[in-house]
Amino acid sequence: MVYENPDGVRIGLEVHVQLNKLNTKLFCGCSTDYHDSDANTHVCPVCLGLPGALPVLNERAVEFAMKIGLALGCDIVEQTQFHRKNYYYPDLPKGFQTTQYDFPIAGEGKVVIEGEDGERDIGITRAHMEEDPGRLQHIGSIDKSKGTLINYNRSGMTLIEIVSEPDMRSPKEARRYLDKLRSILDYLDVFNGDLEGAMRVDANVSVFMGERVEVKNISSFKGAERALLYEIMRQKNQIRRGGEITMETRHFDEAMGVTLSMRTKETENDYRYFPEPDLVPMRVAGRVPDVAATLPELPDAKRKRFLEQYEMSNMHAKALTSHIRVANFYEDVAAKVSPKDAAVWVADILKGELNYRDLGIDAFTLDDIIEIIELVIGNKITEQSGVEIIRAILDEGGKPQDIVQAKGLLKVEDDIVANAVGEAVTENPEAVADYLAGKEKSLNFIVGKVMQKTRGRADAKEAREMVLAKMRS
Amino acid sequence: MITKEEVEHVGWLARIEIAESESETYAKKLNSVLGYFEQLDEVDTEDVLPTYHVADVMNVFREDVVKPSMSQEEVLSNVENKQEGSFKVPKIM
Repeated sequence: MVYENPDGVRIGLEVHVQLNKLNTKLFCGCSTDYHDSDANTHVCPVCLGLPGALPVLNERAVEFAMKIGLALGCDIVEQTQFHRKNYYYPDLPKGFQTTQYDFPIAGEGKVVIEGEDGERDIGITRAHMEEDPGRLQHIGSIDKSKGTLINYNRSGMTLIEIVSEPDMRSPKEARRYLDKLRSILDYLDVFNGDLEGAMRVDANVSVFMGERVEVKNISSFKGAERALLYEIMRQKNQIRRGGEITMETRHFDEAMGVTLSMRTKETENDYRYFPEPDLVPMRVAGRVPDVAATLPELPDAKRKRFLEQYEMSNMHAKALTSHIRVANFYEDVAAKVSPKDAAVWVADILKGELNYRDLGIDAFTLDDIIEIIELVIGNKITEQSGVEIIRAILDEGGKPQDIVQAKGLLKVEDDIVANAVGEAVTENPEAVADYLAGKEKSLNFIVGKVMQKTRGRADAKEAREMVLAKMRS
Repeated sequence: MITKEEVEHVGWLARIEIAESESETYAKKLNSVLGYFEQLDEVDTEDVLPTYHVADVMNVFREDVVKPSMSQEEVLSNVENKQEGSFKVPKIM
């Protein structure tokens, strides 16, 4: 089935990724570990833009940028440098942002996503390095604000801006692209996406091949989907009413779920880009082989390998490779129990229970899940008891063995079940007669009696089989 | 030629207020500076590659090692308006 894209929607995304796993900022030795610190405690003359301070480039930031570029299939440029983008805003203490302009460190590449109608390539236009501005906080509500507070701890943090082609045709595809990008970046171990502001999104949206509108200030992936849905609806309504779409920048108001016009007066020329005289050019293309050698197996490659090596379903392969930590967890479990059992227990059962509680894979230990799976495979407990143990560990804590003891989950021996089945059938002749006369429900009644006699420790499926066999004998 | 309007626009970009009476003077002064630089146009640069940097060096890096930052007190020592450890400025939209 081919997706028709009835409204001619075209979406391109600019994603700012903060490389918070570096130890220091882009141009100075200030620590990046400021997220729980007081305001203006992680700053120095360089990131405060004090007169005479000189930036020196963080070599590891360049390596991280190249790593990201290579993972997105981009060409790494032969020679590159930084530019000054001039604009006056108090979050930018120097009056300009140090960024890249005509020679971004990474050129064209692509990301493969699950599109509206199957796999789809989303083109990457470029990825470049730049510094993060400081953070502004309004005192009181925005319209009655008495002033603005500035915290420069974030100033000078390394950002990679990843610009896509307008290849996405729906908010859903945009969401899938963001999820995939996040997954790749997690695999690369260059940032912690859980920290506030680690990934920030600006979107370009147009409908019916019209002018594009830029939507800024999107702070979450869910927000991105909502902002795009709203903006597409707004543009369609405007056209329906006979209006025109003009190129403009709009601001997404997360609380209201709407985009608002920003009426900026600056145009590209007004930024007066020019080469940064305080930083010398760099020629790093020669390092590509070394950096490429450090690239881990990426999500698409891992999924393919899981399919072949563990002979699992496509659904399991996807579920197990979208997060690097889940993938590693799975492989460790699969090494101890069979890959098939590991896939069912990790992808279907454990992940389901974790998602339900909004927890990550780190909330469960390898030893515990392996022990639980071995108990089930060894026929010591029922599958249902296995699930019960997982829930108990997540909700109350404890170890599998103790929970088995405390809840009396050990499966009873087969002969005890057989005795219970014999008793249940002998003691309830009417029910047996009813079943044999065609009353299906009577079977459940007898199985219920067996479960009662074994205090629920018999495997219900097995008990059912045994009751059937007994009645027919 | 720099016009009066361009002077006002550049002033706005830098958030500097330029009075109506001043913009004419600045336009004149800027034009004379630009005119001076125009002498460079006489040099033949036909076969010369653009220069991005005057120093003939490349790849100057530092290691990713943390150095001490300034104290909050020191950071705010020249600040007229502060609040909760932050710089305080008039409200910005």
